[in-house]
Order: sequence, then structure tokens, then C-alpha cells
Amino acid sequence: MKKLLLLGNEAIGQGALDAGLSGAYGYPGTPSTEIIEYIQRNPEAIEKDVHRTWSANEKTAMESALGMSYAGKRTIITMKHVGLNVAADAYMNSALTGANGGVIVAVADDPSMHSSQNEQDSRFFAKFALLPVLEPSNQQEAYGMPRLAYEISEKYHLPVMLRITTRLAHSRAGVERGKVLKENEMHLPENKDQFMLLPSFARKKYKHLLSIQKDLEIESENSQFNKYTDGSDKSMGIIACGLAYNYLMENYDECNFPILKIGQYPLPKMKIEKIFRDCDEILVLEEGMPMVEEMLKGFLGNPKIHGRLDGTLERDGELNPKNVRKALGLPKLSSKDIPEVVAGRPPALCVGCPHTDSYKALTEALKEYGKGHVFSDIGCYTLGYLPPHNAIDTCVDMGASISMAIGAADSGFFPAIAAIGDSTFGHSGMTGLLDAVTQKSNVLIIILDNDITAMTGMQDSQVNGRIEQICEGIGVEKEHIRVINPLSKHHEENVKVFKEEIAYKGVSVVIPRRPCIHVYSKKKRK
Amino acid sequence: MKKDIILAGVGGQGILSIAAIIGTAAIESGLHLKQAEVHGMSQRGGDVQSHLRISDKPIHSDLIPNGGADLIISVEPMESLRYLPFLSENGWLITNTNAFVNIPNYPDYDELMETISSFRNHISLDADKIAKDIGSPRSMNMVVLGAASSFLDLPYSKLEEGIKIIFGRKGEKIVEANLEAINVGREVAEQNK
Repeated sequence: MKKLLLLGNEAIGQGALDAGLSGAYGYPGTPSTEIIEYIQRNPEAIEKDVHRTWSANEKTAMESALGMSYAGKRTIITMKHVGLNVAADAYMNSALTGANGGVIVAVADDPSMHSSQNEQDSRFFAKFALLPVLEPSNQQEAYGMPRLAYEISEKYHLPVMLRITTRLAHSRAGVERGKVLKENEMHLPENKDQFMLLPSFARKKYKHLLSIQKDLEIESENSQFNKYTDGSDKSMGIIACGLAYNYLMENYDECNFPILKIGQYPLPKMKIEKIFRDCDEILVLEEGMPMVEEMLKGFLGNPKIHGRLDGTLERDGELNPKNVRKALGLPKLSSKDIPEVVAGRPPALCVGCPHTDSYKALTEALKEYGKGHVFSDIGCYTLGYLPPHNAIDTCVDMGASISMAIGAADSGFFPAIAAIGDSTFGHSGMTGLLDAVTQKSNVLIIILDNDITAMTGMQDSQVNGRIEQICEGIGVEKEHIRVINPLSKHHEENVKVFKEEIAYKGVSVVIPRRPCIHVYSKKKRK
Repeated sequence: MKKDIILAGVGGQGILSIAAIIGTAAIESGLHLKQAEVHGMSQRGGDVQSHLRISDKPIHSDLIPNGGADLIISVEPMESLRYLPFLSENGWLITNTNAFVNIPNYPDYDELMETISSFRNHISLDADKIAKDIGSPRSMNMVVLGAASSFLDLPYSKLEEGIKIIFGRKGEKIVEANLEAINVGREVAEQNK
């Protein structure tokens, strides 16, 4: 069969589809977005009518997926690493309810924070929840792992995490497809209290979860993805997790050290014991935080274990052929320097972006109050912090703009302003707005409505066309919900609207509404 | 056979189309391929790059090691220099000379060109102007690909096939424009080699 040229993310999408997927749920977030986008445009998924629309946020996605699993069908939930924080309540508890139809929690971590506000390692979450993890090292494994994930998920009635990182998520290679499995028939859980976590049931389920850890370990022990390759030089043994294996092999034509390649967790204890026993020193290569290394080293430390914790590798950031080479003690490859003439080119708001005009008007309206009044959020508009805009002051997590403005206003700070995008508002802003209304906070909420989830590449926004009704429904007074058109020709009137709503003592919402220029130009071309 | 290529440019300039066409040509030729690209925040006007690796043997790393690239293909002159640490001793630098200025501290243009010219193995061409001259200004990226085409060790016909596959759904006109652009780029590079 001819190979498909797929991104790691697309390989996961195709792999899940070919393994009998009935529904994909998720919220867009770099580097995870292309899994669902691929399923959305896949002709076979469209024909089978696999569920494939975006959810409001990762928590609703995870819960919807649990519902599909309850009905006996195979499902996948996709998110970026920080999305798992949002879905954490559902994810942690799903370890106790477990799965009926197979559940894959596909999480894409972003070490080096290419498009993220931290670089947390989702394997820690799985360890915390006592749930198994599969971690592919290449696109073919990314294609094959959903199949195994569903088998494990249905055998042990547990959700399985599929963890990838930026480089594999966004790297293409030829992928060979396997047999296409049929979707599950609908069937409810055999045990009718499976999804009932009243404390008396939950206690039993927790004991059960603890009791099957040994079985999960045996699965890992026998997994084709945890491969031990012996070597003649026992002065060092190398444990390479996921993608790290590629950077290791890139540096050798032939590696004489014993290698344990890890692609399935919990860790295979016997294999780890073997490499530990056989070799003088152990180097742990893992993309993300030093989880395996820390487990092996223990609290009191073992000088035999090397990796990120003892400085053999940098403590933070993603791996690459260069830093792995250094950790292996191989001579540096000669290379040129970047010429001094090269200047940095950070991302910026596009020319013609509606946010630019919104920020210009807001900044002018705030002139008399000085700097530091605008709490903002996650999206393209976060770039408004950078010059020449210098328009916002904070960015923490999805929805934090509104809640932080409330807290600041509670302290007497004035004016307290939140600037949040339409999609982010739908994700986690509405509950914050409810707090503001309930407490009659003196805040101005600006919902920057560009008609789309722009930063992640133009996904539909859940609140599209309903923002005023939502705000009114939550209880914002109608006369303080105001829509403006962020264009330079309306600058003066927009400044006036901002000034009036800043002056209003209570909750007001201003909605600058103009489509993202990429949406606009696409529509124009059609 | 093994070619490691860095594609460079600014978000939105079309380096992913170049990557897709070379990638398709490589797969059509039965070769192994890995191609790492940048999605997300940097695509908003920031510097973007793609690591493209082609080989007749399986490829391990998605990223090219330092000093390992055979080619840097850039659609913007300053961006062509950002990835020099990846270029091998005898590697080639192929770049568009038309500056994309969206930062206040963009370097002095003459100094930039002098730096590029100081490399023995370089080809530079004003791909924006060439694309405009043939009446398809949006195919600047294909002009640059054309200039690089003789360095790829892929049959030229496979690249043309790649263009037909990648741009096929946009219609015959777009395919023709891009085929002309890659051809002109190739001719200009031959004259300036």
C-alpha cells in the first residue's frame, strides 16, 4: 500500500479512525490541533459521520468522551498540555470510573514553550492518576498506538494517555496504514455502577485501580514499544523515552551501549532493573521534565543516574540532536555562527488585525490612568503586550483575564479591565463573568470578537453570534453591553465608548467586532 | 542518497508549500522523508523554518543536526542567515533577495547582501520581482524552489508532479502559474550559478 505523508498528529487521527473511532472531542491548542482537524476533513470520517466538532473546552470534551465510552464506543480526546489542567477533574476521576468503550486521552506537550505559557510534562499527570501512557517516537508508532491504546483501555477498563511533543506532532513522514477496524456496537457497561463515584463505590474502585497497577506493569514489560537492545560496551546504558530515541540514534551509525527504548508506561521494572544492573552508568534521555530520571534517582540520589537533574542535559527545553550529542559525550560538530546582522523576528499581530485598532482605542481611553490596568488572556491578542501596542499587562491561563480583573477591583484598584477573545470567553470566561455579575464588580470586560479561534489556525468559535445574548443571560445590564467596530475610521467614537464604560460603576462589556483578516480575505476570495 | 534541507522564511510566506512539494516529490520517488515544521504562534509574522530530510535509508531525527544541512532555501534574505549553524561546510545557501520588513530593527540591506555574498556557495535572486514579471506575484516561493531544484537530487519531473498534486485542487490556472514560476526560477539560477 502507498504510504501516506502525515504529521505525527495526523497519524494519530488516522490511527484512531482505523482503530474503530466513533467520536473525537477536543479544544484547539498548539501543538495538538491537527489531530481533530485531520479527522474533520477525512473523507472516511465524514462518510461514517464520526463525531468531530470542537468542544467548548477540554473539560467538556473529556466528559463528552466519557459519555461516548459509557455507551460502549471508542473515543479520543485531544488537547495541549495545559488543556489537561482544565480537563484534570474529569481525567483524574476517569481513572476510577474507567472506560467502557476505549478512551484515548491524546495530549501534546510543548517543551521549549514554542506556543505555550509553560512546559509541563503530561506523563506526571498520568502517573498521578495511575493511568497508562503510550509515547510514540515516530509517525508510524503514532499511527499504530491508538490501536494498542484501545485494546488496553477495553481490557482494563481504563483511559489511556497518548502523549506526544511538539516536534513529532508537527513533523511529517510516510505512514503505512493497517487494517481498518469496525466501530464498536453500542453497549452499556456490564457493571451498572461503573460510572458511579459515590464514596462507597469510589473507595472500592480506587482499591481496584491500585490492584491492577502490577498488571499494567506486565503489559509494559511485554510491550513491543519498550525494547531492550543489548550492547557490548556496558560502561553506559541509555534509557530513551519517546522521541528522544531518534536523537540518540541520529548520533551513532552503530551504538555499542545497551539501549532501553521506552514507549509505554508504567515503566517496565524488570527491563529497567536489567539495564541498571548491567551497566556502570545510566543516561536518561526524555523529552520534557525528568520524570523517569527522578524515579530512578530517588530522593536521596544515585550518582549512577545521569540526565537533566545532574546537568548532563539542560534542565529545561526540548531535546535535539545537538544537546543529546553533548550528553553522550561525543565531540561537538563544527558549525557556523549566526551572523551579527541577523535581528530577532518575534511573532506579531498581522497587518490589518482588528485587535490593533481595539488596542489603540483602549490605550487612548486609559491614558489618564497610567499603565498596568489591562488583564488579558490566551490568544493572538496576547501579542498586544509587545511594542508598538503595549496595550495589555497579564497573560496567565484561559479565562484568567476576567477573574483577575475582579480580584483587582475587589482590592479597590481602578479601572480594572479584562481583554479576552471570543473563543477564550466561551472556553473559560463565562463563569468569571458570572462571578462579576453576582458580586457587582466594578470591571470592564472587553470581548475581542474576531469571529474565529485565530491563533491555532481558524477553528470555529463556540460563542459565535451569541456573545451579547450570553452576557445578557448571565446578567450584564443590556445598556452596558456595547458592540463597536474596531476600524481606524471609528477610532474617536470607540475611545468614547471605552471611556463611558470605564466610568460606569459596575459590570460592563464592550465587544469590538471585526473578523480576523485571514477569515475576511478567505471569504473575499470565495 | 541523503539531502538535509532547511527551509526558511517569515510566517505566511509559503515555505510550507515548498516543503509539501519537495516532500511529495520525494515520496513519489520512493524515498524516506521527515519534515518538521512550525505551527502556532510563530506563524503570526515571526521567523519560521522547516527541517526537511530526504534519504534512501530510514531517517531517525526529525531535526537536522548542527552543521548537517546540504541546503538552506530561504524566501527572505535575513532569514536565510538565521539557520547558518545548520549548514554544512560545503552546503549551499539559496535565497530570495527581497526583504520582508516587519520589525523596526531590520538590518542594513547592503550589509545583509554583503554577508550573503561572502559565502562561496550561494545563489540569490529577487524572486518577488521574477514572480511579478511573469504575472503571478503569489508564486514567489515556487521561483525560489526552482532556483534550488538542481540541488535536490530529485528528478525535475517529480517536482512538477508535486506541484500538480499540491495545487491541483486550486485549479488548472494556479497549477500553470506555479509550473511557470518554478521553471523561471530554475533558469535564472542556472545563469547565475
